[in-house]
Amino acid sequence: MVDVLVFGETRGDALDSATAELLGAARELGGEVGLTLMGQSPSDGAPEAVALGAGRVYQMVDPLLDGVSTDAAVVAFEHVCQRESPSVVLVAATPGGREIGPRVAFRLGVGAAQDCVGVSRDENTGRVVARRPVYGGNAVATVMFPEADPQVVLLRPGGYEAPEPDPSRSGEIVEVRPVLDPSVARSRLVETVAAEAEGVRLEDASVVVSGGRGLGGPEPFEQLRELALVLGGAVGASRAACDAGWIDHALQVGLTGKTVSPDLYIAVGVSGASQHMAGCSGSRNIVSINRDPDANIFKESAYGVVGDWKAVLPSFIEAVRELTGD
Amino acid sequence: MSLRIVVCVKQVLDPEMPASAFRVDAENNRAADAPGIPPVINGFDENAVEAALRIKDAAGGGITVLSVGEAFQADVMKKPLSMGADELVLVQDASLAHLDSYATALVLSRAIGKLGGADLILCGRQASDWDNAQVPLGLAEMLGLPCVTVARDVQVVDGGAVVHRVLPDGYEVVEAPLPALVTVSNELGEPRYPTLRGIMAAGRKAPKVWTAADLGVDPADLAPRVRVIDLAVPVVDRECEIVSGETDADAGRALALRLREDGLI
Repeated sequence: MVDVLVFGETRGDALDSATAELLGAARELGGEVGLTLMGQSPSDGAPEAVALGAGRVYQMVDPLLDGVSTDAAVVAFEHVCQRESPSVVLVAATPGGREIGPRVAFRLGVGAAQDCVGVSRDENTGRVVARRPVYGGNAVATVMFPEADPQVVLLRPGGYEAPEPDPSRSGEIVEVRPVLDPSVARSRLVETVAAEAEGVRLEDASVVVSGGRGLGGPEPFEQLRELALVLGGAVGASRAACDAGWIDHALQVGLTGKTVSPDLYIAVGVSGASQHMAGCSGSRNIVSINRDPDANIFKESAYGVVGDWKAVLPSFIEAVRELTGD
Repeated sequence: MSLRIVVCVKQVLDPEMPASAFRVDAENNRAADAPGIPPVINGFDENAVEAALRIKDAAGGGITVLSVGEAFQADVMKKPLSMGADELVLVQDASLAHLDSYATALVLSRAIGKLGGADLILCGRQASDWDNAQVPLGLAEMLGLPCVTVARDVQVVDGGAVVHRVLPDGYEVVEAPLPALVTVSNELGEPRYPTLRGIMAAGRKAPKVWTAADLGVDPADLAPRVRVIDLAVPVVDRECEIVSGETDADAGRALALRLREDGLI
């Protein structure tokens, strides 16, 4: 009998790092841990999940479980939830998980706690307690679920340590072929269009130079690109700058854009709205240049200059060039 | 028959308000109203209104804007009408205060039923207050509709929705037969400004106001499935070192030297 059921995701033939983290969270909660994997064929992720602590792995195999159709995954996952009646369901708050978790919860007549940063058990009742940032990071909510199970929690990737794999652990791997009816897929993928990538990938960059509404137009981003080039970094932007059309939305950093955690995050003319900070507060050092001494960005910055970026930035770039011998 | 579009919107605290104005109502575990700062329609919901207007511009149809809540600020909620939507329906009473996602989706589904259904339901991808991104999913489940999320473009072609979905590294094109539900993201583009004519027309339109009882909603069904037991403002204890100079240009140079000293560049 599975107490904590994890919705597993794979990347290639291995477990996604977010899924490995969920297994860490599941083991902290205690109880028998189960995991589901979805695919068109069985995956090597199953023995990997056992080594990370899953006592039972449901390997759901069906041609419709192509990793694209959310609809098929919802039906297959609901099937396992019905069969195991777990008291807790953990899903990673990945683009797919954020949809699948709540949809399965609604089908089961329960609620889901979205995008949580922590999960534990109440000492007295053993019920799940989850924490999630709300109001764009201005507040943290602690939530619990009334009597009904399962208690569905979506966990934001990056918050838990994945357990060390232990090949001596044993677990049962159950292959299930649900034979999904093609009618479960309610929408059809026509094509995927990749964005043109240039330079260092924003999410992978060790230095990010980010611009906000304070830049006032698209031209100043040229200077940010120059600085990023000198530092071997990437350019990012606030949602306001993207919505204004100054820079591509693909470079938006924030709660609904990219999440970055570089060693150095240089924010120019960024006020530091909490929804922006949600995408960069994991940076090791935030450096900000802003005219407003009360700007929120300074509260999370390690270094700051209060001044007009038009005067600060050129001399900063020039000095960086000299210092780095570029 | 012309296309019936319903756009679901939510009145929220202005997310652009200074963080210092944010207060917690500790007794009720929710955000306190910010005195002097009017609420706004959730930004992504305005993107959804814009998506509806573009479809109406291209293909015709009627747009009903729908919201559920305890109380509304009339001028705020009329903005979609002044942008060009046709009708505003407010489901409003004290029992609808601070519903969780499930209960909100339930009330919306009943309201859409009372409206006689819809060909296309558009929602913002998530609300800027609780960022749950769950109401549209619940609504689609309850109505048994296809659900396509985070759209940057929505078109109606041959009785189906053609949606460009935002991906981390590009986008995908997805088709769903109508009726369908689509959630809209800010990548769709800025919502249009109300025109003077639109504002005057909106002023003359009275919203339809329904209560939970009008929709036959049993108050017991609105009990939270996720309960907030605490809401607190996190403490940020990082000290910011302000680097200065005689002039702003000097400060820029000083900043570079300081980062070099600490081995950051």
